[in-house]
Amino acid sequence: MAEMLQMLALSPTMETGTIVKWNRAEGDTFSSGDVLCEVETDKATMEYEAASDGILRKITAPAGSKVRVGDLIAINATADEDISELLASAPATAQEGAVESAETAAPDVAADMIAVAAQGENSHLPDGVRASPLARKIARERGINLRTIQGSGPGGRIVKADLGRSSAAKPVRRLPAAVEAIDTVVPLSDKRRIIAARLSESKLASPHFYLTVKVAADGLVSVRSEINKTTEPRLSFNAFLVKLVAAALSRHPQVNASWTDDAIIRHGSVDIALAVAQPDGLVTPVVRGAQRKGIIEIDTELRNLISRAREGKLSPEEYSDSTFTISNLGSYGVHQFAAIINPPNAAILSIGEIFREPYEAAGNTVAFRSAMFLTLSCDHRIIDGAAAGEFARDLKNMIERPISALL
Amino acid sequence: MAELTVREALRQALDEEMTRDATVLLLGEEVAQYNGAYKVSQGLLETYGPERVIDTPISEEGFTGIGIGAALAGLRPVVEWMTLNFSLQALDQVYNNAAKLRYMSGGQFTVPIVFRGPNGPAEYLGSQHSQSLQSIYAHCPGLKVVAPSNPADAKGLLKTAIRDDNPVVFLESELMYGWKGDVPDGEILVPFGTASVRRQGTDVTIVGFSKPVILIEEAAAALAQEEIEAEVIDLRSLRPLDRETVFASVRKTNRCVVVDEAWPFASVGSHVAWEVSRSCFDYLDAPVELVASADVPMPYNHRLELAAQPSVASVVAAVKRTMHHD
Repeated sequence: MAEMLQMLALSPTMETGTIVKWNRAEGDTFSSGDVLCEVETDKATMEYEAASDGILRKITAPAGSKVRVGDLIAINATADEDISELLASAPATAQEGAVESAETAAPDVAADMIAVAAQGENSHLPDGVRASPLARKIARERGINLRTIQGSGPGGRIVKADLGRSSAAKPVRRLPAAVEAIDTVVPLSDKRRIIAARLSESKLASPHFYLTVKVAADGLVSVRSEINKTTEPRLSFNAFLVKLVAAALSRHPQVNASWTDDAIIRHGSVDIALAVAQPDGLVTPVVRGAQRKGIIEIDTELRNLISRAREGKLSPEEYSDSTFTISNLGSYGVHQFAAIINPPNAAILSIGEIFREPYEAAGNTVAFRSAMFLTLSCDHRIIDGAAAGEFARDLKNMIERPISALL
Repeated sequence: MAELTVREALRQALDEEMTRDATVLLLGEEVAQYNGAYKVSQGLLETYGPERVIDTPISEEGFTGIGIGAALAGLRPVVEWMTLNFSLQALDQVYNNAAKLRYMSGGQFTVPIVFRGPNGPAEYLGSQHSQSLQSIYAHCPGLKVVAPSNPADAKGLLKTAIRDDNPVVFLESELMYGWKGDVPDGEILVPFGTASVRRQGTDVTIVGFSKPVILIEEAAAALAQEEIEAEVIDLRSLRPLDRETVFASVRKTNRCVVVDEAWPFASVGSHVAWEVSRSCFDYLDAPVELVASADVPMPYNHRLELAAQPSVASVVAAVKRTMHHD
């Protein structure tokens, strides 16, 4: 049966999206989960995945089109089906740049909630949606985009039952009306589900232990500023850390490892991931073969990976299959923390801020220096305390005397 | 607890109030020597004598005006209209004297009077004697309007009406006079402005008053067979109107059907439907339905007469429209 493929809200605040390119041509078959096209949203370029198997009979919004959430972009139908009615519902504005925003913030909707609604007959309504007042209220409270819901009431009207039984039985808790402090319900994005599943699995499957070392940072700070006097662009602090961690891992292959049911794999390459925050989660782009790369090469690579990570444009091979992960929250003023291991790594290094502190200097005097806390979270199945301690001691020495990394 | 007919319950109310308060009197056509056209006042002439139970000429405007004058002078008259259809003769007295004089005298006068009689269709009475005129009286500020659906409420509301210092239009129903029901022993006073939840339900609120309440309850029982749980609300008092009980129910059920055996245009039922639509807008999962009589003069042909009025089937159908089951 022919069905409409509509623009989905691919980011929490997306109202319109521009189709960057189609990965399938008219006439191609596709399977559930296939990326049909790439859509530039207000935040990133996202992949539009098929919710079911089908045939891409007709593309109504070609590459370059700016399309409002809920509008028709393509039709899934076999070659002999009559799709003239569905085509008639395509918005005339599909290819025009300016699209008035009508819907308020339209959060992500999980793929299984997405139903295609034939809304052509309702296009005269103010926002193209026919819904009961109660359904509108529930949608507003739960952050559901009504454009993505198939109505079962008269004339396709969306009614309470279409928004799920749970909402009917348990209205969202709210404070008395005078306070007007209403809870916001943020539906789970696929990314959020994956983050939750991977980290929960890590914390359950890997017995974590933690050790923290304080590292004097003056040596690293002065080396970096010395090198940056002659280097353009200036090398980032993270590039130095990746380089030094890679050197330490080369000497401690038991930390650069993964657990499998049959064996521990000690990886030949040091592939270091760096946690990068995104508006709706985080991603861990990987510098591969960091043990054989110079700091400038690492810095260039990091710069590229981080900027594309923030725009959500990394391809899966750029953020998967690392052998070790670094998470640096120093720029937020975090003093010290202990991250959860990023599977399938054996350990993750949590880096705090560089701070000034007094210390006992030569001759029973007090002087000041820069320092930082490094915390290593280890999977005890793979790494024992002594091995972790040796790695931490070597890393501390290298950071305090970067010249020793050359040894 | 005693099982009484509506007729007996009304008579008890009159009797008790006439005993309690010597200023209460009854006047109207045939109320005394004939014991009332529907025998509501049976025996009252013997008990209270011709000065307090007064037969009047066939002149509604005249005896309604006499009643209003007696109320202004400090008595508490109960004026019986043989039917509400005849009250149209007296409408000027009710609208322009009874409803206005407390306001226009700046409170120097009160008008403690009850106008009572059968309202709405019975059977085989033709177009002129089968009218439901509640919206005419409920329309006018200064009047209170009540419409019981059972003997207990009939007694309790009539006693409250007699004690009220404002003009009250008390709507009965010819077919209801013989209906029986339990009436609590002793003094019962049903306050105005309080609706009665006759049946608890979760799926739809059905609002009605007076005679149609019984067919609403039959419809609710039929719907329960189909696992649709209707909440039945008997308004009892049309003005003042117990909005909160209705709104609370609709906010729970998210659907509402209003039943009123009057014509649909500008009726009490259409007014209640509007109040619900306005105040429960964010709680409605379907438009409010109104079940009314057909918008025509009442046919004399009995089949057409029945077809013109709300029925169990038409209430069930309206409920299903709100459930999207049609």
